Amino acid sequence: MGITVNGQPAELTGTQTLSAYLTKKMDDLSGIIVEYNGQIIKQDQWATITLQEKDNLEVLRFVGGG
Amino acid sequence: MAEYHLDPFVLGGRTLTSRLFVGTGKYASDHLIPDVLAQSGSEVITVALRRVDFAASTDNVMRHIPKTVQLLPNTSGARTAEEAVRIARLARAAGCGNWIKIEVIADNKYLLPDGYETVKATEILAREDFVVLPYISPDLMVAKALVDAGAAAVMPLGAPIGSNRGLQTKELLRILIAEIALPVIVDAGIGRPSEACEAMEMGAAACLVNTAIASANDPVAMAKAFGDAVAAGRQAYRAGVGPISQLAQASSPLTGFLHS
Amino acid sequence: MSFYDQLHAYREFDVAAYCADVTPNQVARALQKDQLSPLDFLALLAPAAEPFLEAMAQKAHQLTKQHFGRTILLYTPLYLSNYCSNRCVYCSFAAHNRLQRKQLRLDEVEREAALIAASGLKHILLLTGDAPEIASLDYLADAIAIIKKYFTCIGVELYALDEAGYRRLIAAGVDQMTLYQETYDEARYDQLHLWGPKKDFRFRLDAPEAACRAGMRNVNIGALLGLAEWQRDAFFTALHGLYLQERYPSAEISFSLPRIRPHKGAFAPACLVTDKQMVQLMTALRLWMPRAGITISTRETAQFRNHIVPLGVTKMSAGVSTSVGGHGEPGDGEGQFEIADPRDVSTMAAAITGLGYQPVFKDWQVFEP
Repeated sequence: MGITVNGQPAELTGTQTLSAYLTKKMDDLSGIIVEYNGQIIKQDQWATITLQEKDNLEVLRFVGGG
Repeated sequence: MAEYHLDPFVLGGRTLTSRLFVGTGKYASDHLIPDVLAQSGSEVITVALRRVDFAASTDNVMRHIPKTVQLLPNTSGARTAEEAVRIARLARAAGCGNWIKIEVIADNKYLLPDGYETVKATEILAREDFVVLPYISPDLMVAKALVDAGAAAVMPLGAPIGSNRGLQTKELLRILIAEIALPVIVDAGIGRPSEACEAMEMGAAACLVNTAIASANDPVAMAKAFGDAVAAGRQAYRAGVGPISQLAQASSPLTGFLHS
Repeated sequence: MSFYDQLHAYREFDVAAYCADVTPNQVARALQKDQLSPLDFLALLAPAAEPFLEAMAQKAHQLTKQHFGRTILLYTPLYLSNYCSNRCVYCSFAAHNRLQRKQLRLDEVEREAALIAASGLKHILLLTGDAPEIASLDYLADAIAIIKKYFTCIGVELYALDEAGYRRLIAAGVDQMTLYQETYDEARYDQLHLWGPKKDFRFRLDAPEAACRAGMRNVNIGALLGLAEWQRDAFFTALHGLYLQERYPSAEISFSLPRIRPHKGAFAPACLVTDKQMVQLMTALRLWMPRAGITISTRETAQFRNHIVPLGVTKMSAGVSTSVGGHGEPGDGEGQFEIADPRDVSTMAAAITGLGYQPVFKDWQVFEP
């Protein structure tokens, strides 16, 4: 199953929730912001979303800036 | 800090004891940030929002920012009002409050902000109850439009971003301070504590400093120097700077006729 | 929002007491600033500022040169009508005064305009009494159509109008309106204006703003100095000017400083503003609003007007008659006030040139495609 993450194509195997996918990708999920198909999804909702073919994910975090 | 009670800086419903805002960019290590905050006394700190790079194991800047500090996300990277609005909404969704520094830059050569797009973004976000702090060139007409658009303050630049060149726009800053009823926060270009001090003496409400602190040999010591300079400048402004000369003149070439 | 709200906010403020307490240090501090606060401005009007008069004059001179160059704009008033329905106790045109009433017919307007234009002037100020039934907007529009053939900048000094009235005048070709509040002391105003439409203090106070809203290019305000405590009137004139300038940045706001002169009738002024105080006020106004025009009329003597040329004034009248039809028939009819500087335009222009300044006749013409 192919989805897009931060503008790059990604391949998924099997059925995964958003929460499971991100946990596998990153150690530190604090302060992570997710836009799922253009919708901002709060962290407590991540487990309720099952990723589908052609989904578009933007995964963002705060970094240093002025 | 006794006099702070007489001189509170209220912004976005928050009463601030320090009039120095600091940034989190360009530090050799984000571990310096807590000491920079502690030494400068600053209670407002800017951060940017970026896509996560899954390949690199980057440090999470948020781990270094105390919860008591007011977070001020910026919209850096936005080239249009729409992009700035999108970034602002994402930042708020992260649960870090409703303050936003609008920064719309389509000019990669000088990094000068786009006033027109900034006004458009401010209008939209102010209606959504953001505390909007727009970064602008010190243009009176843009600043007036931002007042009408619902900005909480205006943040004119002293010199191009990251240039450390000081208050090159002094004459225009003076005009904004005189004419705009909102707090004027000088952002960008301040390279030395003396320049921050001068901006405060002129009547700026606050200064935002990032590069000058982050790029110092000793950022923590420089943070304290900026904190002190901003406080001193504010005190001087409140005290009223005294006359430089008495304009004494023995003869009266222009008004002598009144005595004859 | 109206300037009346600002005026009202100062109702408990004792200007005279404040002025009396101003210290030399306060004056020095105000002189040091690029931008005066209202209380800085008032400090410059205080007795404590008198020793600083030369310093004020130097600064006013510098600012005037910076913003206007060494120039004096010349204009002349043209009295169209002296019919009046007011009784203002200080004015010789007041309705109860026995005076030959006259309103120029349009052929007389043309004759007067041609006579004045022969002097080279391009700025003219049209005046009437307060008689909207007689000196009506229709009449004025007809007169302006004639005046336009001879002059490039037309000002009016009439009864107070509403926004629609000013729009009408602008459409007819008017660039500039002058309206004196006379005094900003509302109680005193009530005593001085016994009856007539002018008794409405608030309507008059709001008229310059109505002109700004209508899009008037130049709005000129002032108080008739001597009607009430002069520092108080000067203070509110200054605040009124800033109020308008801040809200209507595309309008040119300017001030006139008329000082009560002898005239027919036995009105005793509340105070007499001295020459020193006139200079104090004019230079303080220049420091208050460095870009504002300042007009000094022929109420002032030739000698005084020569001396103040470098001090902040930007506009002066010349070749003046204050009676209706006075250019064509000198001596016919009585003037509104006695003029103290009778110089004609060429004499005035020569005097200004002699002082190292340029007399300007024309600085403006509307582009009409």
